[in-house]
Amino acid sequence: MDVRFINPFLNGTVQVLKTMAFVEPKAGKPFLKKDSLARGDISGIIGLTGAARGSLALSFSEGCILRIVSNMLGEEIKTLNGDIKDAVGEITNMVSGAARKELETLGFNITAAIPTVVSGKDHSISHVLGGPSIIIPFEIPQGPFVVDICIGGVEGK
Amino acid sequence: MSVDKNLKILIVDDFATMRKVIRNLLKQGGFENIVEAEDGAAALKVLKSQPVDFIISDWNMPNMSGLDLLKAVRADDELKALPFLMVTAEALKDNVVAAVSNYIVKPFTAEVLNEKIEKIVKSLAA
Repeated sequence: MDVRFINPFLNGTVQVLKTMAFVEPKAGKPFLKKDSLARGDISGIIGLTGAARGSLALSFSEGCILRIVSNMLGEEIKTLNGDIKDAVGEITNMVSGAARKELETLGFNITAAIPTVVSGKDHSISHVLGGPSIIIPFEIPQGPFVVDICIGGVEGK
Repeated sequence: MSVDKNLKILIVDDFATMRKVIRNLLKQGGFENIVEAEDGAAALKVLKSQPVDFIISDWNMPNMSGLDLLKAVRADDELKALPFLMVTAEALKDNVVAAVSNYIVKPFTAEVLNEKIEKIVKSLAA
């Protein structure tokens, strides 16, 4: 795994959530994850190809995503409904867009697929490269979420 | 000159939540006369059935993309003068920039969105 690919996704995550949901996520210490278990209650996953190949997942605890989406929509949402699922997909898409923009300035052209959203306690995340993945934990007052990323450079690009 | 807040704005996005987010951001700028469509094809039906003053469309949509909608609008004598703000997840290529009135890259704030609308409307009025 190439660490140069990691920071743009972290910056993208903070930028998207600050701009669209007015929250200031605090990052914790990254760690390596060897299993496929999601660390949150609902996850958005997006495949990446081009100068690098892999996948990005954003996995949110219930309290955290309810606050984020309530802020985005300007209305209080109390359960993990279709709006939340939709929003997780859109947030994943925006984070990947913001990260890819930063990666492009470093000379890496990466394209993204359409995000998928999975929810439920103990759901799993299947990374394109199989794993292991790097987890960067984040926290807002209403609960934690993680950026779960598994990405590598493609030879000759 | 201030922009007429009764401007009828059409939001086109396949994600219902994103339409709500944009609606919420527009509301913060005082725009409440809003109609929605879930893709380019549905947007064309709306445009043919009622007068609309401004289009805000997502770029990446199934069925009929934002680019195809833009082409259809610009090819239609009745619609071709409509201001068209494209919403994208990344910077647009030059040939598309020339055809849209302006574009906005996600994520964006209410201020940025409303500034873009005012800028486009004022440039058309000038």
